[in-house]
Amino acid sequence: MDIGIVGYGCYIPVFRISVEEIARVWNTDADSIKKGLMIEEKSVPDVDEDTITISVEAGRNALLRAGIEPNKIGAIFIGSESHPYAVKPSGTVVAEALDLGRDLMAADFEFACKAGTAAIQCCYGLVKSGLIDYGLAIGADTSQGRPGDALEYTAAAGGAAFILGRDPLAILDSTLSYTSDTSDFWRREGQDYPSHGARFTGKPAYFKHVISATKNIMEKASLKPRDFNYAVFHMPNGKFPSAAAKTLGFTKEQMAPGFVVSRIGNCYSGSSPLGLSRVLDTAKPGEKILLTSYGSGAGSDSFIFTVTDKILERRDKAPLTDHYISRKRNIDYGTYVRLKGKLKE
Amino acid sequence: MVHSSIPLFWRLRKAKYRLEGTKCRKCKSVFFPPRSFCSRCRRKGEIECFPFSGKGTIISYTIIRTPPEGFEKQSPYAVAIVKLDEGAQISGQVIGDLKEVETGKRVSAVFRKMYEDGPQGVINYGLKFALTG
Repeated sequence: MDIGIVGYGCYIPVFRISVEEIARVWNTDADSIKKGLMIEEKSVPDVDEDTITISVEAGRNALLRAGIEPNKIGAIFIGSESHPYAVKPSGTVVAEALDLGRDLMAADFEFACKAGTAAIQCCYGLVKSGLIDYGLAIGADTSQGRPGDALEYTAAAGGAAFILGRDPLAILDSTLSYTSDTSDFWRREGQDYPSHGARFTGKPAYFKHVISATKNIMEKASLKPRDFNYAVFHMPNGKFPSAAAKTLGFTKEQMAPGFVVSRIGNCYSGSSPLGLSRVLDTAKPGEKILLTSYGSGAGSDSFIFTVTDKILERRDKAPLTDHYISRKRNIDYGTYVRLKGKLKE
Repeated sequence: MVHSSIPLFWRLRKAKYRLEGTKCRKCKSVFFPPRSFCSRCRRKGEIECFPFSGKGTIISYTIIRTPPEGFEKQSPYAVAIVKLDEGAQISGQVIGDLKEVETGKRVSAVFRKMYEDGPQGVINYGLKFALTG
């Protein structure tokens, strides 16, 4: 029996800060930043939201779509680079809130922005091996950008959850990864903000891994870009995935449904999962989706999904991605500083 | 810094995380916080676990502008008495625009951070209410 996504759900905080507002404070040129990054605004978590609360809300939506008893889930893996605790898993809190029961594997994953897709791969492997019936994989973040740094325009908050199992709404046809030791972006223990290698984050990092993983999976599956209806790449900004898609031969039309970055920013571990969530919101049975994540440090996970007719009966059981994207309240920089706790006592 | 009791919070986590209350099988009374004893049927009562949906209606509210320790960053915020659709009444924080909080409005439970025991202590999570209509 086919294995894949049996339920999915997402969550994005309600607050937004625009590129104009950040540029106003730092006296930079908003128009050139918007053009360069292809971003209008980014999501900002409320003072009482974090990776755990985002994961619970996204997980609830995934359970609604899957229509299974929560205690049927045998594993929970949460991928994030903003787990609230350094020691104590996010997964135990989320599992308790979702009533997943006690016969459960749980682990938190970290691999920069691709920890969420690594969680999908692990759940898929456990279901395929027969060790569990269902696995819950979540990619969520409340990412940090140093005040005044280029990252501040993009580092956003949000996440998506996927339940892997049999009788899926999207069959996971194939997955593989491409990994190397490349120090393009990092955060040392105890540091509030990440550091990055500026232009080094491009060619040897993002593009090398995203393009290699995508080429490898298409070659393995004997598929060409034209065989896919949709393509989703990790979205650190709008420019990188657009350039990667062009190099690989994907069109703007294939990219558009999963291209969530311009309205919510880069949700890190939630970035490409949120793109996948939005694609599933409109995809039709039989359509093929290509997904490639990217995590600094560095690696990419690629997936090929084929949508099944189950999507038609499960899609409307939870809020669509656009519900969370369009439900928003814009804030000024001062409120953003307060919500993100950027002023230290 | 707030010093919450970790064992106390741990014992109540099912109620705090997912509104798990109790119900008397005999008289159908529902209880939140959960009771292990039916106040109506007394010793004849049969108590069972009962998960509330988290949907309800605001029946009264107040705005907290002088918050207790640990809630300073959230101030000002609304605290309401919510009548849950299944019957019980509970108090809880209402998130969102304070200008929109009104008696009679519909709410549903959302999972949020309640407070932290300082930067080194535990983070206490639980349910607040969001306006739905």
